[in-house]
Amino acid sequence: MELSKLDAILEGKQSRPDQLIEILQDMQDQFHYLPEDGLRIVAERLGVPPIEVMRVANFYKAFSLTPRGRHLLTICMGTACHVRGAPKLLDTVAGHFNISPGDTTPDRAFTLERVNCLGCCAIGPVAVLDDVYHDHMSPGKLHKLIKAVHKQDSEKGNA
Amino acid sequence: MRKIESPEQLASLRGGLRRKRQEQPVTVIVSSGTCGQARGSLGVVDAFHRELDKQGLSGKVTLRVTGCHGFCEQEPLTIIEPNSIFYCRLKSDDVPKIVSETLIKHRVLDEFLYTDPVSGKKVIHEGDIPFYRAQDRVLLGQNKLVDPCKIEDYIAIGGYTAMAKVLTSINPEEVIAEIKASGLRGRGGGGFPTARKWETCRRAPATPKFVICNADEGDPGAFMNRSVLEGNPHSVLEGMIIGAYVIGAEQGFIYVRTEYPLAVEHSRIAIEQAREYGLLGKNILGSGFSFDMRVVRGAGAFVSGESTALMAALEGKLGEPRPKDVHTVEKGYGNLPSNLNNVETWSSVPFIINNGSAWFSAKGTTKSPGTKVFALTGKVKNTGLVEVALDTPLKTILYDIGGGAIDDKEIKAVQVGGPSGGCIPAKLFDLPVDFEALSEAGAMIGSGGMVVMDEGTCMVDVARYFLEFLQDESCGKCVPCRLGIDRMLEIVTDITMGRATEKQLSLLEELGETIALSSLCGLGKTAPNPVLTTLRYFRTEYEAHVRERRCPAGVCRDLIHYTIDPEKCTGCQVCLHSCPHGAITGEKKKPHTINEKMCSRCGICKEECKFDAVIVG
Repeated sequence: MELSKLDAILEGKQSRPDQLIEILQDMQDQFHYLPEDGLRIVAERLGVPPIEVMRVANFYKAFSLTPRGRHLLTICMGTACHVRGAPKLLDTVAGHFNISPGDTTPDRAFTLERVNCLGCCAIGPVAVLDDVYHDHMSPGKLHKLIKAVHKQDSEKGNA
Repeated sequence: MRKIESPEQLASLRGGLRRKRQEQPVTVIVSSGTCGQARGSLGVVDAFHRELDKQGLSGKVTLRVTGCHGFCEQEPLTIIEPNSIFYCRLKSDDVPKIVSETLIKHRVLDEFLYTDPVSGKKVIHEGDIPFYRAQDRVLLGQNKLVDPCKIEDYIAIGGYTAMAKVLTSINPEEVIAEIKASGLRGRGGGGFPTARKWETCRRAPATPKFVICNADEGDPGAFMNRSVLEGNPHSVLEGMIIGAYVIGAEQGFIYVRTEYPLAVEHSRIAIEQAREYGLLGKNILGSGFSFDMRVVRGAGAFVSGESTALMAALEGKLGEPRPKDVHTVEKGYGNLPSNLNNVETWSSVPFIINNGSAWFSAKGTTKSPGTKVFALTGKVKNTGLVEVALDTPLKTILYDIGGGAIDDKEIKAVQVGGPSGGCIPAKLFDLPVDFEALSEAGAMIGSGGMVVMDEGTCMVDVARYFLEFLQDESCGKCVPCRLGIDRMLEIVTDITMGRATEKQLSLLEELGETIALSSLCGLGKTAPNPVLTTLRYFRTEYEAHVRERRCPAGVCRDLIHYTIDPEKCTGCQVCLHSCPHGAITGEKKKPHTINEKMCSRCGICKEECKFDAVIVG
């Protein structure tokens, strides 16, 4: 973790406990997870007990306490996506990588997340790969999408 | 940009902006909310920029990138004004032709027109499309008129007029009286009278006071708040400024969930622009009233949409509810009087001030006046956002607007109101969608999600889905919700796995009723609704799972099997290669088989098979 980046996030927010969630959001955006040493610094600068910072970090789903993979694959599990087959999507990925939602593959290539609704219900089921939304997904389409990313990565690796 | 210091200056700015619009009436409107972007609208926008330039039309045609028009199923879509020609399901490659043919030669291109699935006919104009025709689009109708990132667009269509009128010529009591006469009720689900909330908050003695917009739309299956904030954020700002003036607040918050990045961005831009014009800040329009606001992002907790929990989250704390013996209008954010309303409620306010309370209360029923936006999704032909008066029958929404079920199956039920709502069976589709009628049927308007279910949807599986969601999202503070939902989920899971007993069915009902009576907050109190309504209307489905170990809809995995029909299988090996679990074996050109122990019932083989050889039974 680069301390200068955390300093930038904390700028103007010292000793302001009401800014805790906002700061953790920025940290999550910046580092893609909440590093423990960073949380200690946040606690100290805001004047909030470290255990309180940990409670908040644990409570909200937007925060991850472990590093994420290079690619983030999120499957929407909203009601509309559910009735159109989202559980099958989750199974496909979980089966393909042999990981559960919230986990990262051992090679740190993919992190699989489930989200309770992205509000794109009308075009579901929806999967989001690295901030790109994919509508009307099916297990087959998702399977191909993952394969394509793998292929891209290995081409990059060989180049 | 010069600050606007009086209502007269605002009016003169508006006059100038309007003249500009009239001078250049040809406008290409591209819908580009989250749904549109997911389907490639940004590529279409880029293509229009390029082509207008290339074909010599830049400066002659206005390109307006707007929020969502509600017809998500047909995205990316574009409307060409002044004639409202509606083109849908566009790709960026289609754009050069649209520019050369429609914009230059004034020819309507059949290939991009919408085809009505019922009559099979092509429709040219937006207003003639059945999906739009049966709606009353008060809030959503503005989305196509404004680029959400340009405050000038909102001012041009009359934006901030209501605010100017209120700040300079109406006193707070008169505003409350007007809202009371309109009968406006909270659009976040509870349906509490807005005027009464404002009045109590205004009378609360402590200061400072706060106004808050609840855009933590956590209900799965609802996205109307996202659409309004993405597409017309200034309408929310205007409503909030009026509310703040009435209540006497100087600071406001928009609490929006982080899962809506575009809504966060557009609200931030809107606040920034309003500030630059002096519509937020000190001494707004020279009225002596000062008010400012900021956006706070939610961090992914369903319970944080509950008013007391939301205010805790605003303070940077754990978003857990507290007992409501003292209401948030008296002790809310920072223990000070705070008025929380939903996005739709706030954005309805300028309309009521501009058009009068009688105009609003003429729509809907006496107890539930006005229009409400519903998110129509699931197994229905036309999915999207639908705005109707609150006396509209469900069947109008499902069949006239929604076009009926996909693949001409039968609609079995519609789930209204998300995890707090319930499933309404087809025999009750004559019910109007007002607050009371839906509550009596065991559902509730909730945030307004409507998920359509057909014969291929298992109602027990739907109940299990909501319980799983609620168990995951329960904050755990009170025992009935934390442990009760856990036990309900266990029972329903047993049912879906075919290992439940009859006794468990009655225990499930009893548990549900107890949780509803004894939970701390509204979310716990309404949590059993999805189970209780499915038990009430679809008991035979539960019984089939329990008595016959059978899932009539063919959904519950432990009760179904995938096999390959050797007569139909050609041995093409497509399924074998696509199975992520390696459960299919077979030689080329010979019938394949599925190893049931390895099969996860994901359905990829069925989807991939071109010969319809995979059987689910």
